[in-house]
Amino acid sequence: MALLEVRDLTVVFQRKGEEPFRAVDGVSFDVEPGQTVGLVGESGCGKSVTSLAIMGLLPKRGAKITGTVRYDGTDLLKLSDKEMRDRRGRDLGMVFQDPLSSLNPVVPIGLQVTEVLERHRGMPRKEAMIEAKDLLDKVGIPDPNRRLKEYPHQLSGGMRQRALIAIALACRPKLLIADEPTTALDVTIQAQILSLMKELVQDLGTALVMITHDLGVVAGLCDEVNVLYGGKVVEKAMRHKLFAEPRHPYTHGLLASIPRLDAAPGEKLTPIKGSVADNIPWSQGCAFAPRCPNALDVCVQVTPAEEDQLGRLLRCHNPVVPGTPAAEEVPV
Amino acid sequence: MLRYTIRRLVQLVGVVLVLSLLLFAWLRLLPGGPVSALLGERATPESREALTKQLGLDQPIFIQYFKFLGRAATGDFGVSTGVQPGDSALDIFLQRFPATVELSFFAILIAIAVGVPLGYLSAKRRGSWFDNLSVVGSLIGVAVPVFFLAYVLKDVASSALGLPSSGRQDAIDATRVTGFFTLDGVITGEWDATFNALEHLILPAIALATIPFAVIFRITRAAVLDVLDEDFVRTAESKGLTAPVIRRRHVLRNAMLPVVTTIGLQTGALLSGAVLTEKVFSFAGVGEALAIGFERRDYPVLLLLIIMATIVYVVVNLLVDLSYALIDPRIRTR
Amino acid sequence: MVLGLSSKKEKIDGLAESSGTSLAASAWKRLRRSPVFLTGAVIIGIFILISLLSPWLAPHNPADPMLIDQVVKARNEIPPAQPGHPLGGDLQGRDFLSRLLVGSQQTLIVGVGATLIGLSGGLILGTLAGALGGWVDSVVMRIVDVMLSLPSLLLAFSIAAMFARPSQFTVILAVAIVQIPVFARLLRGSMLAQRHSDHVLAATALGVKKGAIVFRHMLPNSLGPVIVQSTLVLATAIIEAAALSFLGLGNPDDRIPEWGQMLGDVQKVFDTHPHLAAWPAICIIIVALGFTLMGETLREALDPKNRR
Repeated sequence: MALLEVRDLTVVFQRKGEEPFRAVDGVSFDVEPGQTVGLVGESGCGKSVTSLAIMGLLPKRGAKITGTVRYDGTDLLKLSDKEMRDRRGRDLGMVFQDPLSSLNPVVPIGLQVTEVLERHRGMPRKEAMIEAKDLLDKVGIPDPNRRLKEYPHQLSGGMRQRALIAIALACRPKLLIADEPTTALDVTIQAQILSLMKELVQDLGTALVMITHDLGVVAGLCDEVNVLYGGKVVEKAMRHKLFAEPRHPYTHGLLASIPRLDAAPGEKLTPIKGSVADNIPWSQGCAFAPRCPNALDVCVQVTPAEEDQLGRLLRCHNPVVPGTPAAEEVPV
Repeated sequence: MLRYTIRRLVQLVGVVLVLSLLLFAWLRLLPGGPVSALLGERATPESREALTKQLGLDQPIFIQYFKFLGRAATGDFGVSTGVQPGDSALDIFLQRFPATVELSFFAILIAIAVGVPLGYLSAKRRGSWFDNLSVVGSLIGVAVPVFFLAYVLKDVASSALGLPSSGRQDAIDATRVTGFFTLDGVITGEWDATFNALEHLILPAIALATIPFAVIFRITRAAVLDVLDEDFVRTAESKGLTAPVIRRRHVLRNAMLPVVTTIGLQTGALLSGAVLTEKVFSFAGVGEALAIGFERRDYPVLLLLIIMATIVYVVVNLLVDLSYALIDPRIRTR
Repeated sequence: MVLGLSSKKEKIDGLAESSGTSLAASAWKRLRRSPVFLTGAVIIGIFILISLLSPWLAPHNPADPMLIDQVVKARNEIPPAQPGHPLGGDLQGRDFLSRLLVGSQQTLIVGVGATLIGLSGGLILGTLAGALGGWVDSVVMRIVDVMLSLPSLLLAFSIAAMFARPSQFTVILAVAIVQIPVFARLLRGSMLAQRHSDHVLAATALGVKKGAIVFRHMLPNSLGPVIVQSTLVLATAIIEAAALSFLGLGNPDDRIPEWGQMLGDVQKVFDTHPHLAAWPAICIIIVALGFTLMGETLREALDPKNRR
């Protein structure tokens, strides 16, 4: 049985006097114990909302959540606020995007680590401090005894993200969700943090849901990849398969728009046309159709269904033929 | 930190000197002035001239000012002409200062004790009827003239609750130690005196507390709303911490920073409000002396009390700024 | 729970990027729908209407002691409500309702007058300091700092006490002067922020004259906070004028009534005739609340942080 089973997860935001907004629209995926699964897409595709819905961190008012999120067989969406509170930090840990704003500026790092140990592992403060020191050591923070007494503003960006990872992993959760954990960091630090995460999840046997817009992150880390567009999974496959043979025009476009070091001089990048603002509602066809180079008439008339094609899930009327180069060259 | 404190204190000396010069010039130069104040509008020119000479008012203003400073250095700020005629201005201040400190202390205590929790709850329930009601209530609190509210409390609440409606304490046999009546009773063990002083304090303190309360409430609410949107609160939630820990350690500890600054600024409202409230309740503090002083144009008393109010206001704000540095590690450890 | 933000951000990033409405326009759009702002606006609308029409609305001359024969000084009696005088008379036997109605006029004058004087003073000082910088800035800011070192209401009392012969004008002046440093700081802060902003740098680079930059580019952009502050000052001015009257620093001439004066002057009979204080007090509270409601909602609407 999978550790995490997300089925038909839908999140609708309803604000007074506004049209309801389907941020997540029937998303399903599994995470096996110890596996790393990627959720990939542009901002606005619903990947962060998905993670917050799993963690039970969406506002009670204004967000309607349906579907099931089974963790070890229990549907997290059916748990009471208190039961969910007991699980967060213990069974599920989360790392956020901006390490500076994600740490409390007026509380020392030490306490921000120990409070979660005190809460879930019932450790007295002293014992928790020793454990916290080990944790900081483990995530590669030098001189942890000094750092425990310091405040977030005294740490570098990379250190802060390491501290946050230590906090999220303090209680050895079986599942870690990382929401763009490297986006706010310098490029050189990004690689360090990613390899740290890879190492830790392997050592601890933690399953990881990696949320990112950066296919480079996915390539180095994930076993399975879900590509999200407009709140729906449009393509899902094992990493190698997806990178070798992207079938959905959106995935294809994402891959084609990555700058490559081995590209010939003068070779042009291939961005995806338009922006998420051009979407049409899924109920009227394929949301990506207005930006899609492969779009047919049927794409703006019939909602494409999810099809299983030999271990690959695809939601497209006119997928890319394997081996096609970047669809159209646009001068940058 | 020390350099900063010293710089601020030097600035304070500058402000006090400029202010005292301005006040001094105002007393001497404006139509009327102390002579009219002492003799009335209809005095004969001869008696005016005599008094002018006697008071040294015929000398250039700067000479007069330096003479005044010289006397002030020895504690001689002149003699009251209206508040307690014949008493020295400094004595009047020293006598009455503890009363106003006591009153202001209780007022700000009430304002914080009610304003902060209410502001927090209001922010947590943003948009609810509770929130809307509290916000409108706080806006009305600012719109009510303080002295009118004081009168309503004095006439309506005092009889309804059986509380005394004027004075600082009944003529009971109490030992005086510090001049703070509530504290004296605690020190000497005369609990009835403390209780009696508190009974006299409660209504004026409530009247005086309204504006600071309204401001503290709104600042707390705004600060909590800001903090609730912060990423680190979401982190705290993702750690599964209990609601009280999140509230105390993560929300309030951050939201209190702007509130502390506001509390310093509210001492200004307290000092001004004390003038009105103490007058209504005949509460024998600095505020009442100022009220009577304005009414009877008692310039020596006004001069001293206004300067003292300024010093208190500036020093309290300096202390608040320093404490701010202590509670905000981002400033402390820079 | 608190986490509307990330989803909101995503939604705004994803869907509303193209919307190019200016801050003022979007603020106005939100204000028009805000019941709080509309309540304030209606209160102030009615207040201004009454004060303009009061000479015709008032049934009697507010200065005419027509009921003086009913005033019994010794037993502290005043004319009760009676036909033709629905609220009775005041301590001098003048029709109370007429005085309340006509009082709105002077109250409006006090509020608007104090705000205009405070604003003009602050505008001059703040513009000088913010636009010129250097020693002008230092001198102006020292003056402002000295004024701000005094608790504001106490400063107003002191200024009012300066005048040997108090009048409506001295009341307005006392209340107004206190606001000058507030406006000055506000404008200076906003100008300083703009001096280094791109649009001012661009104008300077294009060779636009300093005066033109200040008046065409910097001042208009500082208007938002100034409007908010002005609205709030309208409320405090009226309340502070009442406090001045209460301390005997107000206008002693009560032939033309003003609410603050009416309230401050009846303190001696508050326990025997509370309605003489209650009516002007309620009027002041409602009008001050009206201005405050407008000011606070304006502030919220103009705050870019709240632009969601």
